[in-house]
Amino acid sequence: MSTEKPRPTFQMDGHDVPFDEGQSILAAALAAGRYVPYLCYHPEFQPHGSCKVCTVKINGRTHASCTTPAHEGDVVESNVDELNDMRKGLVQFLFTEGNHFCPSCEASGNCTLQAVGYDLGMTSAHYSPLFPDRPLDASHPEVLLDFNRCILCELCVRASALVDKKSVFSLAGRGIQKHLVVNAESGKLADTELSVDDKAMSVCPVGVILRKRRGFQVPIGERKYDEHPIREVAVQKQKGE
Amino acid sequence: MSPDVKEVKKKLRVATTSLAGCFGCHMSLLDIDERLVPLLDLIELDSSPLTDIKHCGPCDLGLIEGGLCNAENVHKLREFRAHCKILVAVGACAINGGLPAQRNHLDIRECLQTVYLTGLGVERGFIPNDPELPLPLKQVHPLHDVVKIDYFLPGCPPSADAIWQFLTDLIAGRTPKLGHGLIHYD
Ligand code: SF4
Ligand code: SF4
Ligand code: FES
Repeated sequence: MSTEKPRPTFQMDGHDVPFDEGQSILAAALAAGRYVPYLCYHPEFQPHGSCKVCTVKINGRTHASCTTPAHEGDVVESNVDELNDMRKGLVQFLFTEGNHFCPSCEASGNCTLQAVGYDLGMTSAHYSPLFPDRPLDASHPEVLLDFNRCILCELCVRASALVDKKSVFSLAGRGIQKHLVVNAESGKLADTELSVDDKAMSVCPVGVILRKRRGFQVPIGERKYDEHPIREVAVQKQKGE
Repeated sequence: MSPDVKEVKKKLRVATTSLAGCFGCHMSLLDIDERLVPLLDLIELDSSPLTDIKHCGPCDLGLIEGGLCNAENVHKLREFRAHCKILVAVGACAINGGLPAQRNHLDIRECLQTVYLTGLGVERGFIPNDPELPLPLKQVHPLHDVVKIDYFLPGCPPSADAIWQFLTDLIAGRTPKLGHGLIHYD
């Protein structure tokens, strides 16, 4: 018989989920193959806790599961109508705030926002769309920025600052005015050090940061979440498969 | 045909229309192919581009493709809402404005000028102003901006399989549910 101490566990929707000391509820759940919808979390970065799509009830109180460390014996509710309806509402706000015209978006089929919408059974954005005016930045020879689809997750900000050490991106403004900006005097991407091998190029969960001349190389209908629902893909990703 | 669909006796009366759409959703409906035969045992068409009946009578179900880009679209939508017990926004344009709404951040006057006066290859152009033509709206709107919509069937267009699933669910009295592979925004 092994003398190794068994890992502590918490309960999620009636199932035991083992965790390591200091691990978040979300990371532990995903590693155990239990999907919780999320947008701004990324296993390689410190959690940001801003989108709130990963909200669960821990011992009866709501918390963002990506920023809350697990404790032995926690009782967590996640896949219940009340929380899924709240998550759907948040996703609908994001669709309403930006311009998300999926049929012409290069990210369609690979997009986390869209895939979470599918998972939650969202069939419309429900609210009246705001149709904001957000011009593109096509100044860079290799990269196009389409701000219309930004969900303000700060993954590009975090990747560019922490991994690439370039701080190409920032968020500016508050509330509904909050938006992604490029850190250059001109405000243009061409005047930054961004290169196509940067980590910041590969972390955007939606269709903002795009390689030029690569559009529709993989046809719509044959992309990541066309093949498998995000519920399956996300738990594979966490396990590093 | 699924067994629970067979039990329905009275045919449902269904109206369809295309507002600011491209008829792609109607084409996708026709793409259910041989399933049209059992479908026509269950429904009869009222006003629709497929029957050419111009105005909508009392109906059980209205399927609307396309968003609202002009005044006539709004009248048509209200006519459908007044006559259809259940109204469905079919496709991306009906649900969020879609491709036509890509003009929403442009000035409508400049749009018309570019298309009819100054655009590439336009000679002796003029902006059409026949009184018979409906006036364009300042912005393109989804249907739910103007009337209550009971169901949304997303996709550009929704696939034939998604339309079939949706219609057979609805006709059988189930809440329509599109699982993975059938729910698409693109
Ligand atoms: S970013 Fe995602 S949700 Fe937005 S338009 Fe592109 S595919 Fe659709
Ligand atoms: S551009 Fe993409 S990665 Fe950056 S904040 Fe916006 S959604 Fe997030
Ligand atoms: S994933 Fe937890 S708040 Fe966004």
